[in-house]
Amino acid sequence: MARYDSLLDACGGTPLVGLPRLSPTVPDGAPPVRLWAKLEDRNPTGSIKDRAALFMVRAAEEAGRLRTGDTILEPTSGNTGISLAMVAKLRGYRLVCVMPENVSTERVQLLRMYGAEIIFSPAAGGSNQAVATAKQIAVEHPDWVMLYQYGNEANARAHYETTGPELLHDLPSITHFVAGLGTTGTLMGTGRYLREKVEGIQIVAAEPRYGELVYGLRNIDEGYVPELYDASVLSRRFSVGTRDAVLRTRQLVDVEGIFAGFSTGAILHAALAVAHEAVRDGRRADVAFVVCDGGWKYLSTGAYGGTLADAEDALDGQLWA
Amino acid sequence: MAIEVRIPTILRSYTGGAKVVDGTGDTLADLLTDLDSRHGGLRGRLITDAGTLHRFVNVYVNDEDVRFLGALDAKLSDGDSVTILPAVAGGAFGFAAAAAISSHSISSQSAAAAVARDAVAAR
Repeated sequence: MARYDSLLDACGGTPLVGLPRLSPTVPDGAPPVRLWAKLEDRNPTGSIKDRAALFMVRAAEEAGRLRTGDTILEPTSGNTGISLAMVAKLRGYRLVCVMPENVSTERVQLLRMYGAEIIFSPAAGGSNQAVATAKQIAVEHPDWVMLYQYGNEANARAHYETTGPELLHDLPSITHFVAGLGTTGTLMGTGRYLREKVEGIQIVAAEPRYGELVYGLRNIDEGYVPELYDASVLSRRFSVGTRDAVLRTRQLVDVEGIFAGFSTGAILHAALAVAHEAVRDGRRADVAFVVCDGGWKYLSTGAYGGTLADAEDALDGQLWA
Repeated sequence: MAIEVRIPTILRSYTGGAKVVDGTGDTLADLLTDLDSRHGGLRGRLITDAGTLHRFVNVYVNDEDVRFLGALDAKLSDGDSVTILPAVAGGAFGFAAAAAISSHSISSQSAAAAVARDAVAAR
């Protein structure tokens, strides 16, 4: 279907494309091992977060929590903010985003262009502080609606009801699903759906490992695990460093012509790891992974060119996924 | 050969500031006991009174989360690399840049700005 009543109706239904050049070669007579990319950059605002934003707003409307003219509050400076801003605009709401004060100016410009208002939290506290600040603002403004993607079941349900069924429809022979671990919504929703339908499926998480400044908490007890996270949905969880993420992001555009953001590079790194294990063990594998967004928003980091060491330095201390 | 263990900033008070320390052990539990003999108190920050890994601590063996490899019973071999990290909220802040500028340089910049403002006000 190529005609839609509005942009919101064009959410999801993204293509799944094979990666014949990046998939590992197998010995003659061995079962095939294939990589497949789910192109989530083909969503209305260019990222997988459109699915969660739309489902969270709809769920709040159906529960009577949101009425035209209401204010939505969310801790985010990333793709969720952009997705929510678009959905809020089209559904008649105001959006306030809370983010660390040291986000890039281009990110602030992008969010304001889509119509979001911004409240800054202290840079030193990083993302944990932005979540805490948003929770505090929610108490001060009881009439504002915080959708709170980290704990909103509609975030995971978006993937249970759309991403999962799309993958199974397009790739009934799927053996592995690999995605990024942030709010955990993509992995929880898609993972639960696929576990119900596909015996033996492996649900694999790729978690970005940032420069150490990002982990500068004062105390272990200030740590944070999203409320949505349920470890029993996952089969394995990989930590992927900046260098590997950049390397794979460049490889994806070099070899297969897919220009993606760095979180996708981290996911591809984990996908290749499980694909090579399958080759080694002589097992058939159809490994589907998520391309979260395109690379456009990250060009100004300079990390697409130059040496890997330079790129690593450019991203050091940033939450690049 | 030994097992290389990467220590996060907030736990380096137990390692005399060292980012990387060496240890030995057939399992993660053994390794943490071994480390605690030289870096007293470290084990207690990673393991709860109930004897499980702290909820806000993630431990990786060769980049894979130990909770999916048997947790404290995860098997280790010489030459393995173990990374300890606190859990943080990621994924939703693409390029929020928690601190391309470190918290230290931010506070010193703010302090410098405050001094400059005071100097102007005093004139």
